[in-house]
Amino acid sequence: MHARRADKHAWRKTKNVLVSAATFLSAVAVVAPLALVFFHLVMNGASSVNWAFFTQLPKPVGVIGGGMANAIVGSLELLALASAIGVPIGVLGGVYLAEYGSARANSTLRFIADVLNGVPSITWGVVVYGLVVLRFKSFSGYAGGLALGLIMVPLILRTTEEVILLVPNGYREAALALGIARWKTIVHVVMKTASKGIITGILLALARIGGETAPLLFTAFGNRFWNHDLAEPIAALPLQVFTYAISPYDDWHRQAWAGALVLVVGIFCVNVLVRILTRERKPSIV
Amino acid sequence: MTAVAVIPVKEGSAPGRMAPPSRFGDRAFEWLTLGMALVVILLVFLIGWQLARGSSLAIQKFGFNFLVTSTWDPVAEQFGALPFIYGTLVSSLIALIIAVPLSIATAVYLTELAPLWIRQPLVSLIEMLAAIPSVILGLWGIFVMIPWLRDYPFPLLKKAFGWTPLFTGPIYGPSMLAGGIIVAIMILPIITSVSREILRSVPNLQREAAYALGATRWEVTRIAVLSYARKGLFGAVILGLGRALGETMAVTMVIGNTPQIAASLFKPGYTLASVIANEFTEATTDVYLQALFELGLVLFGVTILVNLLAQLLLKTMTMKSATRAVQ
Repeated sequence: MHARRADKHAWRKTKNVLVSAATFLSAVAVVAPLALVFFHLVMNGASSVNWAFFTQLPKPVGVIGGGMANAIVGSLELLALASAIGVPIGVLGGVYLAEYGSARANSTLRFIADVLNGVPSITWGVVVYGLVVLRFKSFSGYAGGLALGLIMVPLILRTTEEVILLVPNGYREAALALGIARWKTIVHVVMKTASKGIITGILLALARIGGETAPLLFTAFGNRFWNHDLAEPIAALPLQVFTYAISPYDDWHRQAWAGALVLVVGIFCVNVLVRILTRERKPSIV
Repeated sequence: MTAVAVIPVKEGSAPGRMAPPSRFGDRAFEWLTLGMALVVILLVFLIGWQLARGSSLAIQKFGFNFLVTSTWDPVAEQFGALPFIYGTLVSSLIALIIAVPLSIATAVYLTELAPLWIRQPLVSLIEMLAAIPSVILGLWGIFVMIPWLRDYPFPLLKKAFGWTPLFTGPIYGPSMLAGGIIVAIMILPIITSVSREILRSVPNLQREAAYALGATRWEVTRIAVLSYARKGLFGAVILGLGRALGETMAVTMVIGNTPQIAASLFKPGYTLASVIANEFTEATTDVYLQALFELGLVLFGVTILVNLLAQLLLKTMTMKSATRAVQ
């Protein structure tokens, strides 16, 4: 009797250890692709990331070398355009959800924003194609920027709302007690207090859309040359990586790895910046 | 003094007295922000309207047959979406079979079993995995994952399970199975982080009660945590399904892009999102473009429904745990 009980106890303890080990191995399996992808990016891409990569245009097939300068600049232009659309709408919408409105209507809006976040990014490409490209009969930087900007809206809206809700009510009451109009209180006191958090949200959204390819395939379309007219097709780094990756040329594959490495390093830098910002935010706000 | 106070004063007429604050700025700001918040509703309708408008002719021409026939012939202007719907569903299903156990086990490890010092670094790594763009994972898939799969795991699978129809036929590399695996990698981080949030929202009283009965750590997790969080975890899985259905670039690069319905997972397939990505700019005729718009409409409809379900499940879960925590 006693022995059986001890046996059972030992089995329960063993099971505990086994499950712990299994979950640990799962965690390793989840992180493994990150390590593998990063390892291969550095192995295959690092040798082609040089000065020419950042300063030259793509070379024609068969000519070794060249760079993606136009794609890097194009991506930055598209991100600026997307921010011009996505940031005001997202931030002000987030302010509304946090500061005004009834609880019920707002939870509906929040719900819709979350559902919108789940819409596949290629859908935005198709919609903007119908809205802009078909109408103006040309692929364009504007179309690409619009597609990316619309993806930013629900992302920024939700993060802005969350950080504004973190601002203590005492701040609002203090400002209102001084006779300051409500909107000025919100802009100068509440949003200013939450500004780091709002910027964090914007940066995260930029990091997310900076790697988006699907919505650009038939909006920005890509371009092998310099182009600063946003009404014309424009190059973007992820698009260029895609075009080169599915091409049959070894040279282009090397360039694709280099472009991918630059893109990933850029995105990781933004993420690290965000982490630094949020680390400083905690003591000052909550 | 009282006499002065009684005299009715017109607005702004008394010098040295502050004008009453204008309400105009307040109202304008509230309307402005309301307008911006309403944009999210507008966007949902905009997508639905634009996709329906872009595909109206195709809907009229093919009707319900579009969804159940499998000929995709742009030259003969015959369009059936079945192979793409099949490919989307099968690749997502493979992805879920791989990703769900791994992500939920990782979430359990992160919230219940892991030593405290390891938790934050691991969470950061998972966030970094989530930040890798789809196109880069696809690049890695083409040049690293597929050659490896072709040389090692696929022949093994064929040897072990070749008697089932799932793992028969020649091994090319780009295949439904490769597509499913890459989608699994894409959805691992989101299922893991949402599951982690859900497990963290389980009140500690639950755990303490189980510990008090002498349960081991795993028993606490199983009895008190997992059963409590079941609905929320289901929500996390459905959210992952939504992402899997719409995943585009990485799948397009490894699935083989052949519109066919084949039992063997070694055969190439095609998904809704990848056919749109590949053929949209090549659509030379109106009907072709319309058919592609209709594929977009199907994809949008399915992902909206899946996401609605996921959000509903997650919402009730977090609300329930919030109210319980208050009690």
